Amino acid sequence: MRAGPTPKPSFESRILQKVYVLLIFFMGLTGFAQMPIFKRYYIADIPGLGWLADFYFTHTLHYIGAIALLGLFAYYAVLYLMQGRKIHRLTAAAYVRIVIISCIVATGIIRVLKNLPDVTFSPRFTQFVDLAHLGSMLILMIVALLFLIFKKGWTVERRYTGYL
Amino acid sequence: MISKQISRRSFLKGGFAGAAALGISRLPVPASVKGADPKELATLIDIRKCIGCEACVEACQETNASKFPEPVKPFPKMFPERVKAEDWSDKRDVSSRLTPYNWVFIQEASVKENGHKETYTFPRRCMHCQNPPCADLCPWGAARKLKNGITRIDSHLCLGGQKCKVVCPWHIPERQTGVGLYLDVMPSFAGNGVMFKCDRCYDRIEKGLLPACIEACPENVQTIGPREEILKEAHRIAAEINGYIYGEKENGGTNTIYVSPVPFDKLNEAVEKGPGRPHFKPVEDAMANADNLAKAMIIAPVVGIAAAIVRFLRISK
Repeated sequence: MRAGPTPKPSFESRILQKVYVLLIFFMGLTGFAQMPIFKRYYIADIPGLGWLADFYFTHTLHYIGAIALLGLFAYYAVLYLMQGRKIHRLTAAAYVRIVIISCIVATGIIRVLKNLPDVTFSPRFTQFVDLAHLGSMLILMIVALLFLIFKKGWTVERRYTGYL
Repeated sequence: MISKQISRRSFLKGGFAGAAALGISRLPVPASVKGADPKELATLIDIRKCIGCEACVEACQETNASKFPEPVKPFPKMFPERVKAEDWSDKRDVSSRLTPYNWVFIQEASVKENGHKETYTFPRRCMHCQNPPCADLCPWGAARKLKNGITRIDSHLCLGGQKCKVVCPWHIPERQTGVGLYLDVMPSFAGNGVMFKCDRCYDRIEKGLLPACIEACPENVQTIGPREEILKEAHRIAAEINGYIYGEKENGGTNTIYVSPVPFDKLNEAVEKGPGRPHFKPVEDAMANADNLAKAMIIAPVVGIAAAIVRFLRISK
């Protein structure tokens, strides 16, 4: 996710890119912790990981991570539209990521809405949203790994053919 | 008098009137059942009236018998071994606590008030929270709140992971192994049956009937009606007897309101607590944190956009 226009490593690539990767990992971890699996499979028994079995705590962490990610996505999107696109264009791999992340964000927002008082959805719709949220995250993990292996970045410089 | 408005007869009458108004509608839905908050239905339990006869318990068991689990045995071998099967199918007649086959039970408390000892009995079951953590945190959508204030678990969807029980402030839902969807997925590795609890006879309410426990009670211990009216009645009784209310504020508000002549902390000390036997402790709003963070999610993109504009202006200099 490089949107910085300067030749030297920008703040975005030095700091925010790492924050993004850490946040995605963190969201995956706290998201999977919403299923009762970490205690069952002894992961929460590992010293220091007991918090993974605390549903309320991991739920709160997941919400905090979502807040940070929403802010980060908005930051990147606006900066790219205002400045980044003059120098970089998005790769096909970026569009794939954007579609998957959009699915995660959209289903996440619906889930947050459902959790508000007095908001009710049908069980089938809730189940669809839950599965789509989980499925999108699993696809993102697989796709991100493949793009990492095949070195498919987010952007490519408009005047330059190599990936950044 | 509010009690007249929400008496058993008027509730049924409302159901039939609603059905007539609906005309071609197939279900005789009471008008009060159709609305969302603040027309959520709540029940009022006046513990002074309860004589502990267990008529409500028997009525619940009879009425809901078709919803009770019929497990397939032997149970699938669970992995890892720490995951234990929970089987109540051979103990269906247990009525002294909540089980998958007993969704309401009579709790007893002997308390000393004003120098003399008094014994109270009262029905205990799901509180039907206004913002139920069991439904909010169910990772599968099996537990959900209905618009009429009922929280129910869909036994066809539940995998029996027991998360609803863990997050419930009263730990109400009870699990039966060997039944449900998990048997068709990965029975040894995910899920462990189905969670069961009071569904406040949602199917009877859909037909304009009273929940079985309310209809069967010879002492009219329970009353059902729109939550606002139930609360007014609870406060009226509490003021009249210098009594106490439980469920109005607990966990951010529930649709089960108890009114008692003795403080609930005294009742809580006196009742037998433990698995299947809920407490009467004060309960903070379990979802308040999440609700506040949800609001922050609206602000987060705005902050991100503002930061991007600031960054753009600095780059452009």
